[in-house]
Amino acid sequence: MADNGEILLRVDDVSLQFGGLKALSNVSFAVRKGGLFSLIGPNGAGKTSMLNCISGRYRPTSGNLTWNGEDILRHSVNDRAHLGIGRTFQNLALFGHMSVLDNILVGRHHKLRNNFLTGMLYWVGGARREELEQRRFVEDIIDFLEIQHVRHEPAGTLSYGLRKRVELARAMAIEPRLILLDEPMAGMNLEEKEDMARFIIALREEFEMTILMIEHDMGVVMDLSDQVAVLDFGKVIASGAPEAVLANEHVKKAYLGEADELLDELADTAERAIA
Amino acid sequence: MNSELLIQLLVNGVIVGMLYGIVAMCFVLIYKSTQVVNFAQGEFVVMGAWVCLSMVVSMGLPFWLAFLFTLAFMTAFGVVVQIILLRPLVGEPVISVIMATIGLSTFMRALMNWIFGNSAVRFPDVFSQSVVSIAGLNVETAYVLSLVLSVAVMGMFFLFFRYSRWGLAMRATAYSQQISQSLGIPIGRVFAMAWAISAVVSGIAGVVIGLVNAVSNSLSFIGIKVFPAVIVGGLDSVIGAVVGGLTIGLLENLAEFVDGQYLHIGNMYSVAPFYVLLVILMIKPYGLFGTPNIERV
Repeated sequence: MADNGEILLRVDDVSLQFGGLKALSNVSFAVRKGGLFSLIGPNGAGKTSMLNCISGRYRPTSGNLTWNGEDILRHSVNDRAHLGIGRTFQNLALFGHMSVLDNILVGRHHKLRNNFLTGMLYWVGGARREELEQRRFVEDIIDFLEIQHVRHEPAGTLSYGLRKRVELARAMAIEPRLILLDEPMAGMNLEEKEDMARFIIALREEFEMTILMIEHDMGVVMDLSDQVAVLDFGKVIASGAPEAVLANEHVKKAYLGEADELLDELADTAERAIA
Repeated sequence: MNSELLIQLLVNGVIVGMLYGIVAMCFVLIYKSTQVVNFAQGEFVVMGAWVCLSMVVSMGLPFWLAFLFTLAFMTAFGVVVQIILLRPLVGEPVISVIMATIGLSTFMRALMNWIFGNSAVRFPDVFSQSVVSIAGLNVETAYVLSLVLSVAVMGMFFLFFRYSRWGLAMRATAYSQQISQSLGIPIGRVFAMAWAISAVVSGIAGVVIGLVNAVSNSLSFIGIKVFPAVIVGGLDSVIGAVVGGLTIGLLENLAEFVDGQYLHIGNMYSVAPFYVLLVILMIKPYGLFGTPNIERV
């Protein structure tokens, strides 16, 4: 699957263990530059753990993560943001008491050079020019996500759909090359889902970002992604093009909850590990 | 009723209260960004005072220059404390870190006793006029300076947190370290900055108090006084810290007045704020401005 297009992120044989609990075992996949890669699977399959390994919150017990050919495991969480990995969270994680604008500006932190002191030399130190540039960038994002009308509201007071958008705006503000979306559509109504799908397509096409997404809505996954991997009990049980994955026997069963040898075996191993 | 004395005491109350307020702000700053209760806050205050005093007395530097050097020294001191003492404790339970600050407080007290001695030393006269008259009231020049500096520090705090990049980063870190990190904020540096700011501002308060009261190790009482101020205002509110500081300053002086004129119990000055603290905590357990800790799942 690596034959067409350059690989931006390669996950190689990654395992993650919390004491006796194996959250991920020998997971491998590769995200192509400019692609949209979806990670699906039942609840508790290890999808968010995988994302956390990439963003740096968790450190894999074994395995490698390669970003643009470079090992990223030695980079700290905030360094990875500098490298160009941005993310949104499954349970909304906005700075609730800060305004929408401030939330987005936090994402610009690492792009700014001036500080409190040089900022006082407003014109001399280039702080003015920098401020204008930053403002323009942030305004573009705000326009794009259609959240102009709430820019000065405290983020905590917004509706769920809007908060999801603000979170996306904040992740976009760090100008990531890869954006990790953890269930961007969860809890949304149809209209909000359509808007979000539109934004995700534009992220790829207009902003040239690569996307790695966790999503439960199969319709969305099938329509948007060009590659899918299915996790169950911390293992990849299928991966490839969406249609092929959906047709896969094990995947159907994992989702429908039917008896399946491979899945039973996985469940057994998991139980034995816990016991 | 002796109204002149009352007004004099109220003015003192406001001025001392502002000082409590800025030290309380430092305390809140550290608590908010790192969840650590800093028991060495009072020692930071004394340290600032001693450093400035010794530069004026033994090196013969002019006061303003010594003051600037003190600021630089305290910044470095805050950063060093964070790096040596607190960074290794990242990931340990908060209670361990708090115990470490108690250790720091003991260590600093002993160190200052050793270096600067344990008797009180007065600043030489740094102002040409020791008393200025404002609207018929005699106010010590040091008090005026203290008021000006307190207001300036508060203004800087406000501007810093409202408009600056690092201020924003600090607010974000206080809200959630995990999210801030994923947005590219180096939280280690944010913590170091919080300690540095806290040390500098405490140092300023120390110099000012030293100018009025003479410098001695017992100045660290302000670290104790800050507790009621902070708890009245709410542990995580910067504005609350200022209001709490003013409240405690005024209460002390009012208690002094009532006691001196009518009750003659003695020592109400130091006890009264704690009574009020108890009452406020009974009515509003999170303080006047604090956020109740509600977890939503």
